[in-house]
Amino acid sequence: MSVLSLQSVSLAFPADRDSHQTRLVLDGVTLHLASDEFIAVIGRSGSGKTSLLNLAAGFLKPTSGRISVDGVDIAGPDADRAVVFQDDALYPWLNARDNVAFPLKLRGIAKRERRLRANGLLAKVGLENAGAKNIWELSGGMRQRVGIARALASEPRFLLLDEPLGALDALTRARLQQFLLKVWSDSKTGALLITHSIEEAILLATRVVVLAPNPGRIVADIPASFGRQLLAGKSLPELKDTPEYRRLHDGLTGLIHADAEEDAA
Amino acid sequence: MTINIGTMIPAAPTAPVDVAVEAQQPKRSFGTLPISLATIAVIIAAWSLASAYGVVSPLFLPSPWTVLKAIHGVAVNGFVDSTLAQHTFASLLRIFAALAASIVIGIPAGLAIGTSRIGKGILDPIVEFLRPLPPLAYLPLIIIWIGIGEASKITVISLAMLPPIILSTAAGVKSAPADFINAARSFGATRLQILLQVILPSAIPSILTGTRIALGAGWSTLVAAELVAASRGLGFMIQSAAQFLVTDIVIAGIVVIAAIAFLLEILARLLERWFVPWAAHR
Repeated sequence: MSVLSLQSVSLAFPADRDSHQTRLVLDGVTLHLASDEFIAVIGRSGSGKTSLLNLAAGFLKPTSGRISVDGVDIAGPDADRAVVFQDDALYPWLNARDNVAFPLKLRGIAKRERRLRANGLLAKVGLENAGAKNIWELSGGMRQRVGIARALASEPRFLLLDEPLGALDALTRARLQQFLLKVWSDSKTGALLITHSIEEAILLATRVVVLAPNPGRIVADIPASFGRQLLAGKSLPELKDTPEYRRLHDGLTGLIHADAEEDAA
Repeated sequence: MTINIGTMIPAAPTAPVDVAVEAQQPKRSFGTLPISLATIAVIIAAWSLASAYGVVSPLFLPSPWTVLKAIHGVAVNGFVDSTLAQHTFASLLRIFAALAASIVIGIPAGLAIGTSRIGKGILDPIVEFLRPLPPLAYLPLIIIWIGIGEASKITVISLAMLPPIILSTAAGVKSAPADFINAARSFGATRLQILLQVILPSAIPSILTGTRIALGAGWSTLVAAELVAASRGLGFMIQSAAQFLVTDIVIAGIVVIAAIAFLLEILARLLERWFVPWAAHR
């Protein structure tokens, strides 16, 4: 089992172009993600959610603090931490299959083997017939599934999901949440999901982390078990009707909301 | 991303306008083509009338029919030792040799400007010095340096084609979406892999646009270079005809040059559609 660790991580950006003043985006964030966990990070805009993911991915370097995988400090982005982007970031000059095979190509795997593995991954995300399709011929939901298959192709230990379902319509989103849950439980990778949706966080995650803004910091880290219950076959309406679900939902809403009032005051 | 001022007007008033525009689209599918064709017809008619009624001496303005006959004559019998096909071929050979040279030099140079501070520092002043210079200004110098043969003409045309190719490559490199690059990084790509497999492909639409502009610049430089020093080529044909006051061949040459420039433009657009069908869907 691997662990991705952020220890007392702070991040400051220059406040504006010409001054030497800085704005603190994240303040002393400590978070450990084990490879059998699914952590959802919620928080209002400006709470540093995406910065947190960019730090974990290695796209940004922390101003202070340590980021490590199994005790080894990360030097930057690497194949053990694959990212799925909100705007899918699929390459339009490659068809769906070649997009999925892209991480394999980077590793110098032969063309036939790449094709085979990409087809397998496409089947896994329910797109076995879409391999030859151009990216722009796919719907938003299909594109995100290709994006997830591509991330899985690099056989990461951690999946970093930057609001991947944020731009989808409600129905597609609900379907892809279940799909994401299944992919996560099949692939044995740790997942870090950035999301705006409290419901999505509760339903998918084994832990829900709440970030408060100005500066971004963790104000709650709450275990959840609804994802496992969903996987065990419980129906969604049944789950949402339980007192546990409602209590968690209300509690998280309160946390995010309270913080908003404090801001306004 | 383009930001249209029109889209910033509050939604309510614009919505009906948008609907109206869309509803008109099928009717407007011909665009401005009929108007343009009519304009050309009027110009040719005026030209015919002017020469038919002797408003202008045929020495200055031969009739359209005479020009057509001149094109036919040059095509069959030739002019100054070469047929029209040979003149055209000589010109096209130069332009494509120069195009190949400027692509081979221009794309790596553009990549260097777009991706490296040192590359930009070194190459920017050279490109910015070259770009505004009219090629005919340095043609005499090039002839002093490398003589009057093919090499000097191809060099001058390449120099005229280089800036648009370099600058469009650099612009394409800079416009590669950050997510595209970050995605590759998160899959463990090396810097070289990112350059060749992410940045270069995403810059290709811009490079092709630059190449189209370069072809235009190269073509006008070519004709000018041939006016000065050549023994074959469309520019040379015009220049020789002008010395003998064979105005119909001068005009015939101009018409052929315009027609080829037009065809090159169409060819470049076809290549764009063929090579980067995804550019339209970005």
